Amino acid sequence: MRILIVEDDPEAATYLVKALGEAGHVADHAADGEDGLAMAEQVVYDVMVVDRMLPKLDGLAMVGRLRAAGNKTPALILSALGQVDDRVAGLRAGGDDYLAKPYAFTELLARIEALARRITPGVAETVYRVGELALDRLSHIVERGGQRIPLQPREFRLLEYLMRHAGQVVTRTMLLENVWDYHFDPQTNVIDVHVSRLRAKIDKGFDRPLLHTVRGAGYMIRDGAA
Amino acid sequence: MTALLKLFRTTAFKLAVSLLAVFTLTAVLSLGYVVWQAEHLIAQQTVQAVDNEVAALSAIYREEGVSGLASEIEARARQPGSLLYLLTAPNGEPIAGNVGALPAGALDRGGSDEVPYARLGGGERAQARARVRVVVLGGGFRMLVGRDLGERNRLVQVLVRAILGGLALVVLLGLAGALLVAWRVLRRLDGMTASSRAIMAGDLAGRLPVTGSGDEFDRLATATNAMLDRIVTLMTELRQVTDNVAHDLKTPLTRLRNVAEEALRSGGADADRRAALERVIEEADALIGTFNAMLLMARAETGAVRQTMAPLDPAEVAEGVAELYEPVAEEAGVPLTVEAAAGLVVQGNRELLGQAVANLVDNALKHGAGEVTIGLARDGSMARLWVGDRGPGIPAEDRAHAIERFVRLERSRSTPGSGLGLSLAQAVARLHGGTLTLEDNAPGLRAVIALPLATEPGIVTMRERKEAPALLPAPAGTDGK
Repeated sequence: MRILIVEDDPEAATYLVKALGEAGHVADHAADGEDGLAMAEQVVYDVMVVDRMLPKLDGLAMVGRLRAAGNKTPALILSALGQVDDRVAGLRAGGDDYLAKPYAFTELLARIEALARRITPGVAETVYRVGELALDRLSHIVERGGQRIPLQPREFRLLEYLMRHAGQVVTRTMLLENVWDYHFDPQTNVIDVHVSRLRAKIDKGFDRPLLHTVRGAGYMIRDGAA
Repeated sequence: MTALLKLFRTTAFKLAVSLLAVFTLTAVLSLGYVVWQAEHLIAQQTVQAVDNEVAALSAIYREEGVSGLASEIEARARQPGSLLYLLTAPNGEPIAGNVGALPAGALDRGGSDEVPYARLGGGERAQARARVRVVVLGGGFRMLVGRDLGERNRLVQVLVRAILGGLALVVLLGLAGALLVAWRVLRRLDGMTASSRAIMAGDLAGRLPVTGSGDEFDRLATATNAMLDRIVTLMTELRQVTDNVAHDLKTPLTRLRNVAEEALRSGGADADRRAALERVIEEADALIGTFNAMLLMARAETGAVRQTMAPLDPAEVAEGVAELYEPVAEEAGVPLTVEAAAGLVVQGNRELLGQAVANLVDNALKHGAGEVTIGLARDGSMARLWVGDRGPGIPAEDRAHAIERFVRLERSRSTPGSGLGLSLAQAVARLHGGTLTLEDNAPGLRAVIALPLATEPGIVTMRERKEAPALLPAPAGTDGK
């Protein structure tokens, strides 16, 4: 993936470029909002990561201008703020996701990959498949190997989110935000328990596990070894 | 002199003086009108008296001729009074009367006039004036009847003098009163200013003087003192928080440093170093968590989140949190139940309320035992959203202390947590115009968030709160925002 990083702290930017490179992506760096705007207008990026407070042109204003010009490159807003109202402002300005500083790199990477996935495949996909597991988004039927698996509504949404991002790491906060619509840190391993319940339903009795725990990052659903 | 200047500059003095000016002007105008009216009335009366006299004398002349008239005038002229008489022969020689001198030609004009005159034998009394009427009789005889105006003029003079004197007194007293009022106001203000200066200089215990009279200065002083109290409370809290932050951040920072140092010093195997680094990240994450909680609380207390509020059913919050924590509770072997009244509406932020209740449930699961209940009930104009457990509870005398930021009761020091749960819940409750209280759940602890109701229950139905049947979750495609 080609990623634009708009960040004024050179150390943080260097680290991001390097770490994203190691994760197999190509990252360009702009040190202020005006440079970022110019680069985003010239090159087609898959995702841009924009710091909120930037010299010359504020991060939200930069994204706003790109959106006004019809540029739909998914944008992840980074901010040292991160409370309810800031996040609302960030998303309203055209940001697609919002991450508060300081963040774990695994969290950022997972979100970047989720954002890129969000617009690439057809939205009209109604049945998600991972190996022999199938989830029908219209009839709400989940089957594995022809065997129907009854799920609670929340479990269904959890699985739906995991399968939409099949093959990608999904962090606990991403699950809490997207499945429960809460943006706080619950302090307890509530998400882990929900996931292990779901795992018991979809993986138990089958020899090949599909729902994997990615150590230090989150979860991933995929066909094959973790 | 400067003190007097200060007095003159006060608003009270300026107000008093302008009121005085308005009052004086009004008085001058109305009294002037009275004087003018009185003068007019007296003038009319004078003319009337003269005319009456002329009529009486004319009657005598008609009956008794010039000689009768002359003797009558002589008789009347001798009587004391302000009336003037004169009867002249055709050659202008006076025949009878008490007028000594008249301006030349005064008798030639008929009718009524105001003329200077001198009384017969009255010496040289200058400036005497009279209202006179001259009647031409048959054969060139002329009769003059008049009335001295000195009385009228004296009356008017007395009146004007009295009024002017009174006004002068009023102005003097008014000015003195204005100065007195200004001085009193200035004295109160100087007292308040001095107190304010002392407070600004650092005497935070100082307060503005309150006299107890309940006047506007007292009200201002009371309000200002209340504000000062609040500021002092906030500052004390802030200082305490700073101390606690220093403690709560230094402890994990020290641990973090120790771990890193230990790894460096021991120079052990790669796996050991890796484990040490993982612990460093863990400690850093805990620090970030503490920071985030503190930031949220700061934001909640400034009220910046207030604009994100919307009408919501607290039962949804209760059920949402219960749904989130139910598997954890089950794993811990603690039944988690919801007892929520339906149809209550509060103005709130779902996210913050959810986080507050989640914190309370988290606490209940960590420190409580037996069972955890999330309850919602109406209490007058408030909605009581509570979380109860069956644990050891908190002694009544420790409850207020337990809510304070960062405070973790001694016996719970061993369990993990930032110590912010209750204080964050309190900040959220306050932000919603409510309160957080700890009560006896008999047995156990019950943490109650009381929120003001937005509308009468039953009028606004938020939405059907019935859970959708299994396998029929919310519409697909709600992933994302």
